[in-house]
Amino acid sequence: MTIGWAGALRPLHPGAWWMWAIGLATAASRTTNPVLLGLVLAVAAYVVAARRTHAPWARAYGFYLRMGMAVIAIRVVFAALVGAPVPGRVLVVLPEAQLPEWAAGVRLGGELTLEGLAGAVYAGLQLATMLACVGAANALANPRRLLRAVPGALYEVGVAVVVALSFSPQLVEGVARVRAARRLRGRPHRGLRGLRGVAMPVLEGALERSVDLAAAMDARGFGRTDATGRRLAGALTVVGLLGVCVGLYGLLDAGSPVALGLPLLLLGSVVAGAGLAVGGRRATRSRYRPDRWAGPEWLVAGSGLAAAAAALLGAGLDPAAMQPSTSPLVVPALPLVPVVGLLLALLPAWASPAPEAAADDAAEPRSTRAVAA
Amino acid sequence: MIRFEQVSVRYPGGAGPVLSGVDLHVPEGELALVVGRTGSGKSTLLKAVNGLVPHFTGGLLTGRVTVDGRDTRDHRPRDLADLVGYVGQDPLASFVTDTVEEELAYGMESLGVAPDVMRRRVEEVLDVLGMAGQRNRPLVSLSAGQQQRVAIGSVLTPHPRVLVLDEPTSALDPSAAEDVLALLQRLVHDLGITVLMAEHRLERVVQYADRVVVVPGIGGHVLSGAPADIMLTAPVAPPVVELGRLAGWSPLPLSVRDARRRAGELTARLAAVDPVAREPRPASPVVAAVAGLVVRYEPSGGRPALRGVDLRLHAGEVVALMGRNGAGKSTLLAGLVGLRTADAGTVRLGVEAAADPAKLSPRELVRQVGMVPQEPGDLLYADTVDEECAQADHDAGVPPGTALAVFADLVPGVDPATHPRDLSEGQRLALALAVVLAGRPPVVLLDEPTRGLDYPGKARLVQVLRSLAADGHAVLLATHDVELAATVTDRTVVLAEGEIVSDGPSREVVVSSPAFAPQVAKVLAPAPWLTVDEVAHALRAG
Repeated sequence: MTIGWAGALRPLHPGAWWMWAIGLATAASRTTNPVLLGLVLAVAAYVVAARRTHAPWARAYGFYLRMGMAVIAIRVVFAALVGAPVPGRVLVVLPEAQLPEWAAGVRLGGELTLEGLAGAVYAGLQLATMLACVGAANALANPRRLLRAVPGALYEVGVAVVVALSFSPQLVEGVARVRAARRLRGRPHRGLRGLRGVAMPVLEGALERSVDLAAAMDARGFGRTDATGRRLAGALTVVGLLGVCVGLYGLLDAGSPVALGLPLLLLGSVVAGAGLAVGGRRATRSRYRPDRWAGPEWLVAGSGLAAAAAALLGAGLDPAAMQPSTSPLVVPALPLVPVVGLLLALLPAWASPAPEAAADDAAEPRSTRAVAA
Repeated sequence: MIRFEQVSVRYPGGAGPVLSGVDLHVPEGELALVVGRTGSGKSTLLKAVNGLVPHFTGGLLTGRVTVDGRDTRDHRPRDLADLVGYVGQDPLASFVTDTVEEELAYGMESLGVAPDVMRRRVEEVLDVLGMAGQRNRPLVSLSAGQQQRVAIGSVLTPHPRVLVLDEPTSALDPSAAEDVLALLQRLVHDLGITVLMAEHRLERVVQYADRVVVVPGIGGHVLSGAPADIMLTAPVAPPVVELGRLAGWSPLPLSVRDARRRAGELTARLAAVDPVAREPRPASPVVAAVAGLVVRYEPSGGRPALRGVDLRLHAGEVVALMGRNGAGKSTLLAGLVGLRTADAGTVRLGVEAAADPAKLSPRELVRQVGMVPQEPGDLLYADTVDEECAQADHDAGVPPGTALAVFADLVPGVDPATHPRDLSEGQRLALALAVVLAGRPPVVLLDEPTRGLDYPGKARLVQVLRSLAADGHAVLLATHDVELAATVTDRTVVLAEGEIVSDGPSREVVVSSPAFAPQVAKVLAPAPWLTVDEVAHALRAG
């Protein structure tokens, strides 16, 4: 391996970014320590800021962050209103509803304690952080490029997902257009009454567009390759992957016997591998500029996995620091091993290739088109 | 290269065959133009070339269609993908990937072209399209003209020998259309590709054609021949050809240049006559006033789409709103109906210019302003014409039967039980207009009303717009159609980059503009004639 990866003049394999993000998310899933979670958010945000492009999907991080805020808010509201009472310092007393006897242990309203609030914020923050990690992956790697990397046997599935992905923004645009048209007709365009009138034309338009797309794909040679063995490959792959899922569940779930998990996992992997091999053999498609997996990809994916491993190790070494107590409320500690792991995950901000400067005229937002049409 | 032998196409449930007994031969390297009225079967003819008819659309095709010896009977569209490139009407609907470069490579990937060959061809096609600078751009961020060029490029990369295009320039502004046509010219001249295309806007394309194919519609025979011969009798003709017919020029000129070279005598005859000046209108009340309007691309704080626009519409005038795709025309219309709120400045409607459209309830809005959007079908959602009109009456609070009467006036003889989707393009536009006019709004806005309208359809639209103006409506027409604007408007407003760059009588504004001048003005410049009708009238009078 040579130094100077940062000078690689090509975008990183999208799979590397996803592995890095999944590593960070795994680390977040192992802790409710707000300091560590804050560090995960900061690391993800820094790398996104340093390495994102000007493409439309690169704005995903902010969107997911806002979604995370909503999650925290919802958690807090629910903790304040319902759930088991947490003893401690009372912050505010809400009016409490008297529940019948069979609902003992559940409360509506009542005392909100600092401890209860902290617990809700910690749990919400954990979820928000994991969401932000997904957002970071979306911002750094075009999800469609990831789909291009699927094995040949799953090509049709990949195409279906790509079409579905492009379908949703078109649907949003269609809704905006039809709502505008309803206003022009002097009809309600909001609320339940407007819903039916909007849904029908939007769905009709969407269907027409998919038929157009199907015609265009047919005319451009989609599905021209020999179809023999397609069913077999598909069936083998799906059954194999199901086996892998059940096997993994068996391994991770403490309640199920290990004898169920491991053999199923192995069997599933073999069957899925056979499916991919059969499918890959028949595919005569070629790939334009396939994404390569080389030094920078190993480094980026590895740094994410290192963060996950450090968090797992930290959870074993010092469980109290990873899950700081909220009742009684204590100041969260800063465990060394996970922090070092998370700082490692900052590496891609320098070690991955820099995005190319915005070409000539950067993408213009054309969002008015939908409304103005 | 393309050969039709006794081809007839019939769709299940259709009244009769869409095409019958078509015999057609397009030799290699020709640019053939398919013309005909709306709904005459042009698209069916085009789709039969690569087998989409009948393999994809269904229906019964009898006879034989062969392309370079391959019979579409035993070749599915995908088996012809290396030979025929097909570009549909809406480029955005045909994109499978999301960036320029990947879209160009998609077809080759399906055909299994080797990676190094793919890489080379993508570079070559980027050069042919003149779009190397935009190679990594997301497709949705491109302008309409660029999208159309990418759609053409994406079928060029597998090196087809035939290119089939359905209305490639209909949605484009004049200069974007010229870019696309220049590209097609280059493909025919330099690469020897055979092109078969359908287009309503003959004034843009007929001069480039080597052959014109007339599809007359149900029952008629498909004719094909040299453009100058066919155009003598064709049911649809661009203004330059009509001028040639009027002046009796032979051979018929097809381009402005040809016509100018023969126009010496006509210009001399017309020199004595002044173009009929339209009656100066008595000062009529202002019914819509826009002052200092700024609207930004959302979310607020984005690039401004309109930068301080001032515009007043008077009762009884027809105003053309022109400008490039993306110049802010649609945003201005959206501002006038309150779909976009002003970031600065004001929009006021009504005789006292008192109402802010963004604050009106939908019900009050329809009494102040009516707008027909680019897709008139968006306004329609009932199951029959009758029901649609009844709802419009109800919404506008007018006596039942008002909207239907307007519709019957616009297009007589349509069964009120017809489903709006079964109407022709022109009839659907008329229905949308009828629905909008039910409330008798003083201001009527139309966004690109001539997309998909043939010449007779446009002629009817012109009559409708004139009678609206005579009734005291103010009409604002956002359009790329310079011929329509020249025929019907009193005043032309040109937008560029969100600012008004000219606003004045149509005759003065368009005659001097290279992009927006109609063909007659180009032929007879510097004399300010705009339409064939004016010339005919002057000749009769003189």
